[in-house]
Amino acid sequence: MAFKKCAVPFAGTAEQERALFAVINEHKSISGALMPVLQGAQEIYGYLPIEVQTVIAEEMGVPLEKVYGIATFYSQFSLNPKGKYKISVCMGTACYVRGAGEVLKKLQENLGIEPGGITPDGKFSLEDCRCIGACGLAPVIMINDDVYGRLTGKEIGDILAKY
Amino acid sequence: MVNIKFNGKECAVAEGLTIVEAARENGVNIPTLCWLKDMNEIGACRICVVEMDGARSLVASCVYKLSKFDEGKNILTQSPTVLESRKTTLQLMLSDHNRKCLSCVMSGGCELQTLCREAGVDDENRFEGETKDCDTDNSAAHMYRDNSKCINCRRCVAACEHQRVGVIGANERGFRTEITCAFDMPLAETACVSCGQCINVCPTGALSEKDDTGKVWEALNDPEKVVVVQTAPAVRAALGEAFGLPVGTCVEGKMATALRKLGFDAVFDTNFGADLTIMEESNELIGRIKNNGVLPMITSCSPGWIRYCEAYYPELLPNLSSCKSPQQMNGAITKTYWAEKMNVDPAKIVSVSVMPCTAKKFEISRRNQSGQGTYPDLDISITTRELARMIDKARIRFADLPDGGFDSPLGNGSGAAVIFGATGGVMEAALRTAVWKLTGEDADSPIEFKEVRGVKGVKTAACKANGVEINVAVASGLDNARTLIEKVKSGEIKAHFIEIMACPGGCVNGGGQIRVPSQIRNFTDIRAERAGVLYRLDENNKVARKSHESPDIKQVYGEFLSEPGSHKAHELLHTSYKASNLRK
Repeated sequence: MAFKKCAVPFAGTAEQERALFAVINEHKSISGALMPVLQGAQEIYGYLPIEVQTVIAEEMGVPLEKVYGIATFYSQFSLNPKGKYKISVCMGTACYVRGAGEVLKKLQENLGIEPGGITPDGKFSLEDCRCIGACGLAPVIMINDDVYGRLTGKEIGDILAKY
Repeated sequence: MVNIKFNGKECAVAEGLTIVEAARENGVNIPTLCWLKDMNEIGACRICVVEMDGARSLVASCVYKLSKFDEGKNILTQSPTVLESRKTTLQLMLSDHNRKCLSCVMSGGCELQTLCREAGVDDENRFEGETKDCDTDNSAAHMYRDNSKCINCRRCVAACEHQRVGVIGANERGFRTEITCAFDMPLAETACVSCGQCINVCPTGALSEKDDTGKVWEALNDPEKVVVVQTAPAVRAALGEAFGLPVGTCVEGKMATALRKLGFDAVFDTNFGADLTIMEESNELIGRIKNNGVLPMITSCSPGWIRYCEAYYPELLPNLSSCKSPQQMNGAITKTYWAEKMNVDPAKIVSVSVMPCTAKKFEISRRNQSGQGTYPDLDISITTRELARMIDKARIRFADLPDGGFDSPLGNGSGAAVIFGATGGVMEAALRTAVWKLTGEDADSPIEFKEVRGVKGVKTAACKANGVEINVAVASGLDNARTLIEKVKSGEIKAHFIEIMACPGGCVNGGGQIRVPSQIRNFTDIRAERAGVLYRLDENNKVARKSHESPDIKQVYGEFLSEPGSHKAHELLHTSYKASNLRK
């Protein structure tokens, strides 16, 4: 098994930690309250790194695995932060049938990360998403607010070089 | 009572019983896969489905509890719909299953394989589709995980949670679901205690102990080596199951014969080590009570418990007895006293143990167990399952073997020693000797302390000897251990001496024992059946029922160790512990 630790070092602030403990203390005595705690933590940090999940596990008195199981079950939770440039690959029906899979594959190869991942320098994060309403340009990706359409996969290197 | 029908045949069953249990009581066997009674009752695998009057779809019989609303209903357990459903379910499982069955460690004992045969699965390729790229985990000293053979039944997860360890679980979702550790970290980096209970309940070859039989064969075939073996008390109570003998069969004599046939140069019994442990441990206990030492003292025989204590209760390390486990004590004496007596160079000795335990594989590698720092106490530790595999490989017809015996000294144990394999056994054995000592070595001091016997999770008892009161408590299974520890901490339970075994029921149900298919496990208390073997051996021991009465013990203290707690005994038979900060 390969340890899936986040590629970007954890940089939580004291303020975030105070907020996390506030959420935990609010729910500590309620059994089965892991969900709201994880939601609160995701809101505070934007993602759920091992450092945050470990605190939650210890404070809530459950094994870390229990926390991780929930964090990976629900798509609302993320194990990685968003990069400086957030790349979203549309996997909606139109994009999908016009080859979004190939585009995503090329992005993965270029960046060396899986969907949901972030490059170690924190520059790019990659995720797949559903329809962004630009079906006429399918297949389409977004990098922050920039939209790139009618892609084949071959352009990916040039596009990434712009950032 | 509820009146229902199984396949048209009327019967009355108790309300609240599940369909599968009610059926069993009435001679109808419904197949199950994910179901483990009282442990994993999730109705997930859909193998146990039945047709039932009034139900909209097939019903999972392992979780459906019969009530008065089911009065008069007919339940079909082998209708064409049911049989076809089970077969399809199995074929769907096989569609993403590593089907290298011929080379699988569980071939012949695999529950999935058995179900496929019974269900008449004639085409394992019926559904061809995407297959998961699965991980293996080889990191731990005691086991490996091959998720390509995992069917996500979650029995291992339930066993781990039942131990209140919970370092494995189902991660991701849907097709991507896999049983792994948090963040997919290697098992060796987690606070896994190596108890092996997950392996015991795995229905397939996804989980298995690390096979060390290759090393044993190599040593046996090396003419330069003197290969000695010792067997733990609980092994003789389970080994026969691998050769078709019923649960609860004693195979002590056959086992000794089989070990000689395999070619071991000397066949010892860990019972001797257990007696040594009692000599040292009861001495330590009396010392702690009389000299205001750290109490309660807690036993240290179970390496799974030791790992648990080091990771989860490091503040209790001073409470642990400093005694090594019987395995290590036997090993230490083998390479010192025995080597000298037999004029064998200890460097040439390969010391092998056969244990009901996977944590023993970890224990032999503990640095602080290496007696004298010269030679490790033990070289190889194999489980009961691995010994069965060696016997198979040598094509020994186990069930037909005549009874043999062990080599002496180091091969004979008292009745007190053999009950080490059952929960409460170490306690009872220690009390036999401690009370004898406290009563001025009265030969008529009590033998049996039945309050500490039985499979109950937490047991307490009190005894008085010569004005000294000893309160004791016993727990087996780490969930019970945690309950007991919390009660001791809160003052609810007061004890001088505590026995803790990591595995529920003690070593007889250890993680290295013969795997018992759920179809038997769910309806038999294997802990009690196997423990029965040990208590009968104790009762029938004509030579000694108390450790200090054992002739081998008298000889080794007389010729070598002088007395319990002596300088030499401390050097060879005692150890220390260290807190660990592995991820919980």
